[in-house]
Amino acid sequence: MIAELGLLALWLAAGLSGFQLFAAILAGRGAAVLGEAIRPVAVMQGLLAAFAFAMLVWLFARTDLSVALVAQHSHSAKPFVYKLSGAWANHEGSMLLWVMVMAFSGALVALFERRLSAATMRATLGAQAIVTLGFYAFLLISSNPFERLATPAVEGNGLNPLLQDPGLAFHPPTLYFGYVGLSVAFSFAVGALVTGEVGRDFARTMRSWVLAAWVFLTLGIAAGSWWAYYELGWGGWWFWDPVENASLMPWLAATALFHSTSVLASRDALRVWTVMLAVVAFSMAMVGTFLVRSGVLTSVHAFAVDPERGTFILVLLGIFIGGALALFALRAGKIAEGSRFSWKSREASLVVNNVLLTALLGIVLLGTLYPLLTESMGTRVSVGPPYFNPVGAIFFFPLVLAMMVGPLLRWRDTKWTPVVQRLAPAFAAMAFVALLVVIDGRAGLLSGTGLVLAAGLALASLLPLARRKPWRAPLTLWGMVVAHFGLAVTLAGASAESAFIEERLVSLTPGESTRISGWDVTLRGTIPVAGPNWTAIEGELAVSRDGAIATILSPQRRSFWSPPQTTTEAALWTRWNGQLYAVLGEPAESGKRKVRLWWKPFVTLIWYGALLVALGGLLALSGRARSALRRSIAVGRANQRREVA
Amino acid sequence: MSWKPKHQRMALLGVALVALVGAVLLAMWGLRSQASYFYVPAQVESDPPAVGQNIRLGGMVLEGSLGQADDGVSILFTVHDGEAQVPVRYRGILPDLFVEGSGVVAEGRFTPDGTFVADTLLAKHDENYVPRELEEMTAAQAKAAVAETTK
Repeated sequence: MIAELGLLALWLAAGLSGFQLFAAILAGRGAAVLGEAIRPVAVMQGLLAAFAFAMLVWLFARTDLSVALVAQHSHSAKPFVYKLSGAWANHEGSMLLWVMVMAFSGALVALFERRLSAATMRATLGAQAIVTLGFYAFLLISSNPFERLATPAVEGNGLNPLLQDPGLAFHPPTLYFGYVGLSVAFSFAVGALVTGEVGRDFARTMRSWVLAAWVFLTLGIAAGSWWAYYELGWGGWWFWDPVENASLMPWLAATALFHSTSVLASRDALRVWTVMLAVVAFSMAMVGTFLVRSGVLTSVHAFAVDPERGTFILVLLGIFIGGALALFALRAGKIAEGSRFSWKSREASLVVNNVLLTALLGIVLLGTLYPLLTESMGTRVSVGPPYFNPVGAIFFFPLVLAMMVGPLLRWRDTKWTPVVQRLAPAFAAMAFVALLVVIDGRAGLLSGTGLVLAAGLALASLLPLARRKPWRAPLTLWGMVVAHFGLAVTLAGASAESAFIEERLVSLTPGESTRISGWDVTLRGTIPVAGPNWTAIEGELAVSRDGAIATILSPQRRSFWSPPQTTTEAALWTRWNGQLYAVLGEPAESGKRKVRLWWKPFVTLIWYGALLVALGGLLALSGRARSALRRSIAVGRANQRREVA
Repeated sequence: MSWKPKHQRMALLGVALVALVGAVLLAMWGLRSQASYFYVPAQVESDPPAVGQNIRLGGMVLEGSLGQADDGVSILFTVHDGEAQVPVRYRGILPDLFVEGSGVVAEGRFTPDGTFVADTLLAKHDENYVPRELEEMTAAQAKAAVAETTK
């Protein structure tokens, strides 16, 4: 009964979304009554989608094995939290979550957005209806999460143990929120294209959505990277895996987009470009979904590999993006010219930001799609760090330089000399670090440059706060400072890890020890251990310095029985200046056991930096929300006064 | 410097185009030189890749070929596709599901003595994840490989 209720709600929501589109079109032609109906319909649709999703979660919580999806992905003996997260740790459920968030965002737009003209708002909600309708069709036609089994299963298949992890319960939804936020930005762009009203109000309305999407994407990518780092046991934190790239590309586009919306909102420039970027950003989210879901590329993440679904997403992508681009081609010429600016201005630096980010996006996109391209010509290749790292750095490093300078420039026009003077401490820091890097000699070209730039950016990013009382500075300025500083922290962590990493691969008999970065690591032995749905061999590694035990590391090789699979559980020991990373290997000859150890200097800075970046986004967002609230209160008072008068 | 709006739009467009074309050219150059090609042992025999060039080698792990190198930590084994064999040396922890007779994709390069030195091994991860190169292998070539090993 629960499954049927969910399915019914889903069909109703899809129907309402069709009606929403229909009403938006007819209202545009003068049917005012239908125009009035659009907002309530959008809200109702959001509620129904949320209800459908709640039903699915309920089915998973009860482990209702008569539902195909539950039987395939859950198990009665699974920890309860992972039963719940199992609802979206599979293709159908995650698409339902996606649609739910999308419909819910549409409801929020309908409820709270008051800045845009009625016509633009109608067109926006119409565009949002087209996008959600596509996803409803996808769910109902090819990925019905509520399908029943003819005969209920006796026991479920269980959830892939790699996914039974707190990070993974949290990582996919975060990414979907980000993708969906970009779909809202896309709808705003389409709406603005239809009416030609691309200006400050459009930018201000869209900005909060893009910023929110960007915060979610940042958190999602950071969580995914952290998960890959400790769960896969490979010791790396970014593999340029197609699925990682699929989340990075929308992030790059969203970063470019909210920087350009800030130009549009403050200075009414870059109109056409901003609209174009909004289309590109959502395209990247769709391309990402396609890459992950279709399984066209080799990836450790390739779950639910199904060519039919891939085709469906490709068709949706073609309709959305093709339609938007056609509209763009028709209407872009009608958008009036924006304001002018000098080439030494904040605007110009943001143009540099946008161009470099777009170039980076192009490089990641080409590298990700290249294997598909060559495969269609009969050659199989894979593209990895040897391509992405150096080629990406050629555009990323100048971007960091632009980040140092840009925030110090004024809108419209700036004099160079004071800016250069203000940057002097940053340049000094860079020179100092460069000297250290050269003397030390361990860092390569990329990691060395990374360290130097990280030092420069860390200092330069704080400069906008230097000449004012920090507590008086607006939250949006704080947001920028924190986010830019966070990027410097991440860059420092990544560069330090790659420059100064130490590794040991040894075969140890129990009692034997090895030395890494001043720590003596002794293998005391291996013991069998058991968890709720797994058994494991656990290594006991004593870490000591000068004979004094500092900690015990317990890496495991786990065997899950449902589904049958083994995983490597790395053991981590975090110090202020780095992490000791231990992996238990297979038995070696004559009673020895293989152990792999890494000392990773400052590796945690990578994720702390990412958190700061996200925090910066949140600060900016709350700053915007506060000023929007003040404005609406002011408008309310003005209206009251008018009524009284 | 002051711009007429139209000129500014053209100039911005020009800058963006130049940067994008530059990025694409750079990407194509990078891809041509840095992408690693996929080989099966038969291809290695007929058209050997240059020594030191990054490639991916795919095939089945020959039964009874798994052994330990003198350094006590490196693994030696042979990858074959029913037609040819390639000796592989891998320094690292074996993937959880790495067993003789199953498929593997090794990332690495050839040394002058004809041994393939692997940095990474991708084995079958679980029933849902098979390296894509191996999907077709198991269909087309695995039969031959199995016939070979059970002879």
